[in-house]
Amino acid sequence: MKKSNPNPVVQTAKTGIEISIIKEFCKGCGICVEFCPKDVLALGSDLKTNCINIEACNGDALCELRCPDFAIFVKNPKKKAIKK
Amino acid sequence: MNIEIAEYLRLDDRFPHILCPGCGIGSAMNAMVRAISESSMNKNEICVVSGIGCSSRVPGYIDCDTFHTLHGRAIPSATGIKLARPEMEVIVIAGDGDLLAIGGNHFIHAARRNLDLTVILINNFNYGMTGGQFSPTTPQGKRGTTAPYGSVERDFNVCEMAKVAGAVFVARSTTYHTPHLKGLIKQAMKKKGFAVIEVVSQCPTLYGRLNRMGDAIKMLEYYRDNSITVTQVKEPKDAEGKIVIGVLWETEAPEYSEVYKKVIDIAQKK
Repeated sequence: MKKSNPNPVVQTAKTGIEISIIKEFCKGCGICVEFCPKDVLALGSDLKTNCINIEACNGDALCELRCPDFAIFVKNPKKKAIKK
Repeated sequence: MNIEIAEYLRLDDRFPHILCPGCGIGSAMNAMVRAISESSMNKNEICVVSGIGCSSRVPGYIDCDTFHTLHGRAIPSATGIKLARPEMEVIVIAGDGDLLAIGGNHFIHAARRNLDLTVILINNFNYGMTGGQFSPTTPQGKRGTTAPYGSVERDFNVCEMAKVAGAVFVARSTTYHTPHLKGLIKQAMKKKGFAVIEVVSQCPTLYGRLNRMGDAIKMLEYYRDNSITVTQVKEPKDAEGKIVIGVLWETEAPEYSEVYKKVIDIAQKK
């Protein structure tokens, strides 16, 4: 079976928020770009989502929740980890 | 890879998935995986069952016990799993064509028995995998490839049907309201009995294109602007032409596998 090797592009803001984008999974639908309240993301020339303004990110992780392709993940140190 | 939900996904050998760009099934799967991850359950206690269709591809990407069955027969297979292993949390994920057309009878009878299943019905208003034919949930007048002048048939109201058939938890959400959907799935998994969640989803490739609804973003904006929560509906006319989201029906009823266990105990003279 073909093994994919997800290789995320990670960017970290001064606030500690970390956005990782897996370019291999992104299909460029633009849902994360359109519904980001702070305009952090944009579609690049490769038609994949890119993080253009990470300092504006408020860490609400709406992009992460709406992404149909599991291509974007947000880590917010201020948000408490969900108890298991 | 350091991702919270990675242990529930077959990231190494299955991804990227085959669904179209902008398909709502991915968002629904995302909400489901997060709901499973946030509920305090071991992944060996969960079984995800599906039939045939676009939405039934989902168990292939989830790393827990999964079962991809015949067309329309997701609920009968799930019934068998639940009765054999009543301690397992069984989740059925299926589309409108799968669960309401060929599997319609299984759906209403599982609701009547009140078996402890969580049914996530991803409603994209057509048969996506086979090329956009109209399905039992295509609204009257909307186009499909087999209805070029608009569907002449009336459509199902899934939530009303589930409620009347005897389901104990009926809810609706859309792929725009993913945090809300995640909460509903968590609630439904906790509920003892037949729980149905209708997820209004977008099919930008076929249904959206045939009905001139635009791309995935336009369809999500439509769902955002045309949905209303159940608490906002004061009079019936408030809900006209709108998608009512939220918990639509909740009640208590004896659960089938528990009642069945009592019969087994009597027969074995325990």
